[in-house]
Amino acid sequence: MATPVKVYGPPLSTAVSRVLATLLEKDVPFQIIPVDMSKGEHKKPDYLKIQPFGQVPAFQDESISLFESRSICRYVCEKYADKGNKGLYGTNPLEKASIDQWVEAEGQSFGPPSGALVFQLAFAPRMNIPQDQGAIKQNEEKLRKVLDIYERRLGESRFLAGDEFTFADLSHLPNGDYLVNATDKGHLFTSRENLGRWWNEISDRESWKKVVEMRKSS
Amino acid sequence: MAEIMKVHGSVISTATQRVLACLNEKELEFEFIPVNMAVGEHKKDSFLAINPFGQVPAFEQGDLKLFESRAITQYIAHGYAEKGTTLIIPGKPMATLSVWMEVEAHQFDPVASKLNWELFFKPMFGIPTDNAAVEENEAKLTKVLDVYEARLAQSKYLGGDIFTLADLHHLPNISCAMKTQVKKLFDSRPHVSAWVADITSRPAWCKVVAMGK
Repeated sequence: MATPVKVYGPPLSTAVSRVLATLLEKDVPFQIIPVDMSKGEHKKPDYLKIQPFGQVPAFQDESISLFESRSICRYVCEKYADKGNKGLYGTNPLEKASIDQWVEAEGQSFGPPSGALVFQLAFAPRMNIPQDQGAIKQNEEKLRKVLDIYERRLGESRFLAGDEFTFADLSHLPNGDYLVNATDKGHLFTSRENLGRWWNEISDRESWKKVVEMRKSS
Repeated sequence: MAEIMKVHGSVISTATQRVLACLNEKELEFEFIPVNMAVGEHKKDSFLAINPFGQVPAFEQGDLKLFESRAITQYIAHGYAEKGTTLIIPGKPMATLSVWMEVEAHQFDPVASKLNWELFFKPMFGIPTDNAAVEENEAKLTKVLDVYEARLAQSKYLGGDIFTLADLHHLPNISCAMKTQVKKLFDSRPHVSAWVADITSRPAWCKVVAMGK
């Protein structure tokens, strides 16, 4: 029986949860190695050896050590192609390319404004950091424009890359979940018909529900 | 794979340049279709049909339409693995290559793009530079390049022993940054500096630069 892969970092972290959801979709056994960020563990030399930018997650699978959540997820999907959800990253180059473009769009267009809003509205208050109203306004505006594009796309297609749930959709779960459930900006999703439908479907996946459970118990 | 590849974009767009560099490295024939952004061509319905985000570049090959430069380069690099420069490393090393591609996309690019916008593009368009933004982002880039310096001390290229997409993806923003005061951040780090000199002198990149002149 293979050693479970190791994921360093708390399930509360959006990037860590992206990896956890992927591992669950692929039925790959894992163990979470806690990183106490409140004590600055992620900035200590031992941790910087596996993640030189001092961020979470980091990941190990036997002799392979990786960081950056999307590359960890790609590695998992590639190495464990025949396990769990086999189509998560597509089964041929054309499917993979279509998924990749939406993963990039998530990282470049959806992620920054949604991440900024999640930080300002869900995390900053808990960390006693004053909110930046200007940043909230600016990022909400940016996010609206991006979500209009998603609304159109999801009117043509059930999921972002086609008829099946893929990593392209999964990649949006971490920020989307906080936006909808931990801020007052959930209406940005739910007021758009196609986006709302898509959101309900992807957030209802067993893998994501398990991640949400893991967050509650951590 | 026999159908002609088309790249819609602008020669001064860093993202377009990323795709052109990849096609040149692979020695592939393609059709370049300039998009006139000054007149808002990228926001018109005909363009939105190939890139719903209204950004450049967009890519077509037969029925396949793709957007996001890094998705396009990966499609090309994997699909034409046997042609021209090998921009990927098959097997286990691919995982490490993938890490550094993500580093470029999420750690380097946001910061370098902001600096290039402030120090290169704004002056070109006659818009005043925001010095606070420059200072903030120079501090961030300093930290990123410290990590790069350590990485390049152990590895000839970012992704491994050979030049790959992990290095190539940096070319447009590095080239631009080297024309600004940010140059000093690269020059002052010996391994980073040697790597920059190496990758920016590649003929495939020089061809992209020449297109912009």
